[in-house]
Amino acid sequence: MAEPAKKVEEKKVIDEGLEKGTDRLTPDRIEKVIKQVLEGESGARLKAYVDTCIHCGLCSEACHYYLSHDNDPRWSPVGKVKQTLWEMLKKKGRVSADFIRTTAEIASTECNLCKRCAMYCPFGIDIAYLMLIVRRICHRLGVTPLYIQDTAHSHSVTMNQMWVKGDEWPDTLQWQEEEAQAEIPTLRIPLEKEGADIMYSVIGPGPKFQAQLIYQAAVIMNIAGLDWTMPATPGWDNSDMAMFTGDNEIMGRIKRTHFETAARLKVKRIVMGECGHAFRSIQDVGNRWLGWRMPPIPIAHAIEFYYELLKEGKIRVAKKYAETVTFQDPCNVVRGAGLHEKARDVVNQICENFIEMHPNREHNYCCCAGGGVINCGPPYKLKRMKSNRIKAEQLFAVKSRGAKTLIAPCHNCHSGLEDINHHYELGMDIKFLGDILYEVMEKPES
Amino acid sequence: MNSLYNFVSGPLAWMAFIIFFGGCLFRIISILALVHKKEKFIYTYMSWKYSFRSIMHWIIPFATVNWRKHPVLTLVTFAFHICLIITPIFLLSHIILWDESWNVSWWSLPDSLVQVMTLIVIGSCVFFLIRRLIAPEVQYVTSASDYIILAIVAAPFITGFMAYYQWFGYQFFTILHIFSGEVMLVAIPFTRLSHMLFSPFTRAYMGSEFGGVRHARDW
Repeated sequence: MAEPAKKVEEKKVIDEGLEKGTDRLTPDRIEKVIKQVLEGESGARLKAYVDTCIHCGLCSEACHYYLSHDNDPRWSPVGKVKQTLWEMLKKKGRVSADFIRTTAEIASTECNLCKRCAMYCPFGIDIAYLMLIVRRICHRLGVTPLYIQDTAHSHSVTMNQMWVKGDEWPDTLQWQEEEAQAEIPTLRIPLEKEGADIMYSVIGPGPKFQAQLIYQAAVIMNIAGLDWTMPATPGWDNSDMAMFTGDNEIMGRIKRTHFETAARLKVKRIVMGECGHAFRSIQDVGNRWLGWRMPPIPIAHAIEFYYELLKEGKIRVAKKYAETVTFQDPCNVVRGAGLHEKARDVVNQICENFIEMHPNREHNYCCCAGGGVINCGPPYKLKRMKSNRIKAEQLFAVKSRGAKTLIAPCHNCHSGLEDINHHYELGMDIKFLGDILYEVMEKPES
Repeated sequence: MNSLYNFVSGPLAWMAFIIFFGGCLFRIISILALVHKKEKFIYTYMSWKYSFRSIMHWIIPFATVNWRKHPVLTLVTFAFHICLIITPIFLLSHIILWDESWNVSWWSLPDSLVQVMTLIVIGSCVFFLIRRLIAPEVQYVTSASDYIILAIVAAPFITGFMAYYQWFGYQFFTILHIFSGEVMLVAIPFTRLSHMLFSPFTRAYMGSEFGGVRHARDW
């Protein structure tokens, strides 16, 4: 009845994962898999959500894709459900291979699963969940963007996201330990210490590209005088791209390995770095797949951890960070875990001047990188930039009120905002909370 | 005409009420059975406190960010839903019918107020129709079924209004009014009008997830 809005991408993205996967499809296989997922795997939630949606469009303004594309309805949350799931339901799975290709691209690269729309739907319909069902169908059909599929393969083979091989991991930790010993000679990164209070876990890209974050964490742990350890075996990586490709089986294996590593080390809890999706995976999604209502071992995200360290006086601030800062509320630790007030407490304790961006807290706009979207790689970078003009506007507004530094306590937010910062030439300085904490904390002989 | 009236107000009314109540029960029981069969974990996350926290925010006009973003729609949708439910229950001529058939009666609203409320329902339906036709984000996700369910809801109020004024074709409009009311009752459990049944559950579940697991507001 309604005219489909025009597609705004200039050219079709070439993605081998999608093209090759689409070539292998047959109508029978498509129909079979769609039925297995929609009728076999899914249940009451899918049915209630589809039957309850009154097609009112009130979710539209929740979505940064919609807002960034001049309110073009094809980018609204329900608009994306219409283009994918409704069509599959209407045709009872008898859709074409080309349709699956387009669907895979929409579900994987045009929704960050940030769940902001769940806060705007009067009925609380979980559209991110519906998009995950669509991704699950595409995964089972073998039509997933190449780059993110590669990370899922890496998880499957190595139990980490970045093809870090067995010996490279302890090597990296020892390298960072030696580097940090130049600053604090007594510093250790204790490996495999049974019965430690804390197992510190990081994401795969940590040792691969951001080893300095391990350095900083080691300095913070040592100065705070904590009883901590890191595993020398697979299970050190808390990240989880399989959760975002719809590969629930691999997701379960990764989480099991992570929890079992902590259990083997008999630690009291897992403390993790500034990563949002890994937190979602460990404390909300992966544990459920394994049958745990809440995580089997207490988990603390870096925000909570820093909050505790500052509150208990284990870390003291020598001189607050002078530049005016603003704060990006990441979906997975704010809308996903309510850490926004603790984060503000930490920011105020380590920075002189903090100003809010608007909207903020649960209502903050998504970075457009999370939910596996940035992991779909370079083919989609331009789309990612155009699809978050609203974030650039939000940042520009706070910059014009004086903010120079943008704190993003989530790896996906951090990388995504760095891209936006360059693309829109905002000229902001983007940092993790840990970067600033490390910079301003009291250290021996400093 | 008389026999047609007797038919729609007799056996057809019986059927409509049986299908309505039976259908509602069936839909709710079958969705709960489906939860029980496949997604039992949902029970473990449900919380009375957070369910009501969420429901209360969303059934109060302007208590949520999104209601405040759409002030006109918010006023219309609240006025519409309140009048839609209250009007048929507290209309004197309906109560008289209950009294004649079952010897039960209850307090009624003055006819003049009911007229206004009926006009509010009709006007709201026109508003929703126009919104569907001209707001791009609504138009994009609109299908024929959306117009049909809107018509199903509007019909009993339009025909009721016509019958009340007895301008012309009184019997005709009365029959049409009863019939369209029956169509609406039957449609509620089996179309997306079933949001009447399911929305408290979906809202409660999202509220429980946000309150209990996510420690965040969902409004």
